[in-house]
Amino acid sequence: MSSIIGYYSTQFGELWKKSLFDLVKESVEGVLKENYIEMKQIDAIFFGNMLSGVLENNLHSSAKLSEIFHTNVSIFRVEAACASGGMAFHLAKQYLDAYSNKTVLVIGAEKMTDYSPEETTDALAAAASEEEQNAGLTFPGLYALMAQAYCERYHYTEEHLAHIAFKNHYHGSLNEKAHFKNKITIEQILKSAYVAHPLKVLDCSPISDGAAALLVTNDSKKTKHKVEILSSEVATDVISLKNRKDLLGLKSVRIATQKAYLQARIKPDQVDVAELHDCFTIAEILAMEDLGFWKKGSGGKMAKELVTMHGKSKKLVVNTSGGLKAAGHPVGATGVKQIGEIFLQLTNQASTRQVKSAEIGLTHNVGGSGGTAVITILRG
Amino acid sequence: MVGIISYGFYVPKYRILIDNIANVWGKNPKDIKSSLMIEEKAVAGIDEDSLTMAYEAAAMALDDRIDKTKIGSIFFGSETPPYAVNPSSTILGEFLGVKKDYLAYDTQFACKAATGAIISTIGLVKSNMINYGLVCSADKSTGRPHDALEYTAGSGATAFLIGKSNVILEIIDQVSFSSDTPDFWRREGIRYPSHSGRFTGKPSYFYHVQNAAKNLLLKTKLKPENFAHAVFHMPNGKFPRAVATSLGFSQKQIEKSLVVGKLGNSYTSSALMGLVAVLEYAKPNDLIFFVSYGSGAGSDGFVFKVTKNLINHRQKFQSIINNKTQIDYPTYLKFMGII
Repeated sequence: MSSIIGYYSTQFGELWKKSLFDLVKESVEGVLKENYIEMKQIDAIFFGNMLSGVLENNLHSSAKLSEIFHTNVSIFRVEAACASGGMAFHLAKQYLDAYSNKTVLVIGAEKMTDYSPEETTDALAAAASEEEQNAGLTFPGLYALMAQAYCERYHYTEEHLAHIAFKNHYHGSLNEKAHFKNKITIEQILKSAYVAHPLKVLDCSPISDGAAALLVTNDSKKTKHKVEILSSEVATDVISLKNRKDLLGLKSVRIATQKAYLQARIKPDQVDVAELHDCFTIAEILAMEDLGFWKKGSGGKMAKELVTMHGKSKKLVVNTSGGLKAAGHPVGATGVKQIGEIFLQLTNQASTRQVKSAEIGLTHNVGGSGGTAVITILRG
Repeated sequence: MVGIISYGFYVPKYRILIDNIANVWGKNPKDIKSSLMIEEKAVAGIDEDSLTMAYEAAAMALDDRIDKTKIGSIFFGSETPPYAVNPSSTILGEFLGVKKDYLAYDTQFACKAATGAIISTIGLVKSNMINYGLVCSADKSTGRPHDALEYTAGSGATAFLIGKSNVILEIIDQVSFSSDTPDFWRREGIRYPSHSGRFTGKPSYFYHVQNAAKNLLLKTKLKPENFAHAVFHMPNGKFPRAVATSLGFSQKQIEKSLVVGKLGNSYTSSALMGLVAVLEYAKPNDLIFFVSYGSGAGSDGFVFKVTKNLINHRQKFQSIINNKTQIDYPTYLKFMGII
């Protein structure tokens, strides 16, 4: 079985003095150094990144990584929109399933804040369908449609959504590497400016810079920390929202989740910690239902009760990193950071946000508005 | 003693409320006003530009006690000059009736084009190369419609005559702090400026203003509490308040300079207009702390000391800027030449 044996993340935020590859270098050197592993022991590299081709005219980053790290091993650049990091991890696991006694690096990185919000928003929209792009729908717009459908169907309000951001900012305040370490109030969220009704600025994850790296191995030698990969499953769905049967959840997530639970032989109520893709507050509510943690339609009520908040939850704690909302959302890095956060939780390294006796963790990484979903289940 | 002998200013009478701009773009005016701390901004009329406004300001500065034949330099600082090639400084000289044996050039350094020219003029006066030097700042600024700059970019001009005798404001000392920091720019042939959003804050405005201010305090061995007034460049209402607090100045020390809330950011004239506003209240022997900021980037800092000559030569300010006419958004677009 493959295991995660190390994790390092850069600070997430507006890192104007660092380039994409400065961040990649820091994350890789960090994870190698902390685990006393040299680059020559690495058999392959999986690099999750979405935007450098669009924003920086910078493709073929596999060769750039070869130049930086003085290595000639196989390097794969993986792009699956905001699920690029999770997908890179998934492919790394596939690689390890195929080859024995190997150790690989999974890197996720994104550089977004050097560009104007218009340029970055436009680049992100490349992950939406052509028709939706032409109609002027950006990702806040797509998720706003889902939020409208959900709130109308189950009679929830913006206040229900706001509790997700409230909780995740509280968690972010406990994470020194989070983009936002400030707690926010429900009132502040409700008073923030609308981006796309009913989503407001404080319902939305930010544009961030950051990189994260994981060491993954199927080498049986002993290591200080080890987290087993019980399953990593991917599913896809139509890219256009208009071609979906319902907007009250994501089919790709439901399919990948089913496969992941089956493969891991785990039931939802066994999960202690989870990192979910809360690109917008509504996304975490839909995910909680799609993942089987909450009953369909109960999400708004459960969110308002803060049942997954650190210190309040009796079992499952969600987005201890602060989620995408507070920890930041450097898109290619997010999926790797999510798995890294669960690694920290399952190895008791999560400092003040540590969930006691956490044994089973899950990550939920979504590309676009649900065109791709990657679900990973880990055991400490 | 080198210092400012006289000064003038010009604020066009037109104003547009931030509400009028925000409503056009579907933004909540309350949010915009509270985040930028601006209520309205001054707008130059359809027949005004940076040069006509500089003339108005200079004409106010050059009263009868000044022998115009002794003006040895005219510098015109602007980021919205009427001509890309053709000096505005010479047109100013011609219309002001200055003799032709003067040094003239236009300066460009975003919002600090004129404060840099003041330092150059101090050097010319101190070295006896000239008797008097005139520095004008003027801008008719705007942003691309729907750009965040649209809420703040305003119009206005100031003029300062620098010399050695009968100064109203002694220049005690000055510093400059510069670096290659591309936070705001406008390329040749491009109509509207570009800016790098939040990057214009901490690594740009705050970094340069704070460093210039700290160097100035060190150089003069003065402390914030020694100053009656402080003036900082005002791209919005928030930045000068925040930078003042970070440097140890009180809100009371900067309150008289905060013209941005009612006039907007008149670019090269922004901080200098703050100084003009302060001079309406300043008393003899008051020390004034002043730091400009220009994107690209740099800051010029000055310590001024008010002399008793100010009492007889101060200009009315508040009563003049209170004479205003509100315009709507289409009129604003027309005045700025956008439609």
